[in-house]
Amino acid sequence: MGFLGSFDLAEEAAQEAFAIAAARWPRDGIPRNPRAWLMTTARNRATDRIRRDRAAAAKTGLLAAELPAEVRMNPTAFRDERLELIFTCCHPALAVEAQVALTLRSLGGLTTDEIARAFLVPEPTMAQRLVRARRKIKAAGIPFRVPPVHLLPERIDAVLAVVYLIFNEGFGGRDELAQEAIWLGRALAELLPDEPEVHGLLAMMLLHDSRREARFSDGELVLLEDQDRSRWDPERIAEGRAELNRGLSLGGRGPYVLQAAIASLHAETPCDWLRIASLYGELGRLTGSPVVELNRAIAIAETDGPEAALHLVDQLALDDFRYLHSTRAELLRRLGRTDEARDAYRRAAELMADGAERRFVERRLRELAGATGSR
Amino acid sequence: MKYIMLIYQGSALEKQAALPEEEKKQVYADYQGINETPGVTPGLPMGLAENATTVRVEGGKTLTTDGPFVGMKEAVGGWFILEADDLDKAIEVAARVPAARYGGAVEIRPSEVYW
Repeated sequence: MGFLGSFDLAEEAAQEAFAIAAARWPRDGIPRNPRAWLMTTARNRATDRIRRDRAAAAKTGLLAAELPAEVRMNPTAFRDERLELIFTCCHPALAVEAQVALTLRSLGGLTTDEIARAFLVPEPTMAQRLVRARRKIKAAGIPFRVPPVHLLPERIDAVLAVVYLIFNEGFGGRDELAQEAIWLGRALAELLPDEPEVHGLLAMMLLHDSRREARFSDGELVLLEDQDRSRWDPERIAEGRAELNRGLSLGGRGPYVLQAAIASLHAETPCDWLRIASLYGELGRLTGSPVVELNRAIAIAETDGPEAALHLVDQLALDDFRYLHSTRAELLRRLGRTDEARDAYRRAAELMADGAERRFVERRLRELAGATGSR
Repeated sequence: MKYIMLIYQGSALEKQAALPEEEKKQVYADYQGINETPGVTPGLPMGLAENATTVRVEGGKTLTTDGPFVGMKEAVGGWFILEADDLDKAIEVAARVPAARYGGAVEIRPSEVYW
């Protein structure tokens, strides 16, 4: 018995799996599923190794995302442990930021430092957060298990939120994280086949992931309209759409199902901007999010023109949001208001860290300067 | 595992006082039910916070003040011990405490020596 089991031990990745077992099991007790524990530990070590070799892998054309699959030796045993692990990590008695950190550490295999950088906190702060969370799990008796049926619906919301966060983090470039999130999403869809939002989240992740190879060209950002459709993954799109249909047929109309529906429409050529705008409207009414309204404005630019879109954008209280300024800049550029566009691009760049997005904006600035022959 | 269950009334006493007779009876029955739940050791009834006395010792002098350590509204209102397998079971019992649904709360403290 004991809550320690796989949870506490599995995320130890520094030593040989058996060496860890020899040191820890006598002290902490044999994990409930020793084989799965060993494989999880071995996998985490392998994942760390894969991450270090990622640069080399990219050069040789190997997708980092392919490698973790080879390391999974027994999916059934893995799946059980992983689900118990994620429900434990996402227990409501833990603070949300602790849930995310624990899930990324225990399931995502991220180092404490990587998680710290992802959330812009100092590494010791993140280390403390993890230590405190693990201590809370032991001290408070948070059980290491998939919750009983009557608790599942509320617990699943927390898990979906964390999986979504992980996917977003991975979508920015750490592919194995995005694949981790998708794997978790699939496992959740099997466990809760009647939950529409579970299918919605999985659908959304698959559809976003289908464009992974087309979003960048030689490390430079490529906008949706300019993407090479042949680099979109048709299997991902098909699977994503199947999941979306499952969610819709279950009567799903929640945020994840809506976002998946929008992503599915984005995968069409040409895009049905009217439907996309309408779905963003529905999503906005559900969430009250100004970022959703910003996205709706981008769709309105296609249906009603840049002037109408700019009118919507200028009403949003998102002055510190880089994409507000990049969107304004694009709209102003289309309207030929070059000086204002330039100011907006500059503001956007100020809010961006170095990287592909910032280089894109700087490229736009150079294009504008070339067009007007000034500065 | 042993849990100390701390009951905070918050605004619950006022709300309960304003309830129709039927609901008041239900509140009383719910507290009885908790005390009779397997694994529960009822605590001693805690008097009102306004009858508390708080003691500090500073510079060798014993200082007493009228009232609880925290504000009147934040003071503990009651307690019981719960023996349960895990936190989820403790949460289930806590959720049945009437104070929790009438504007108060229950704090679950795992019993452990931390010093």
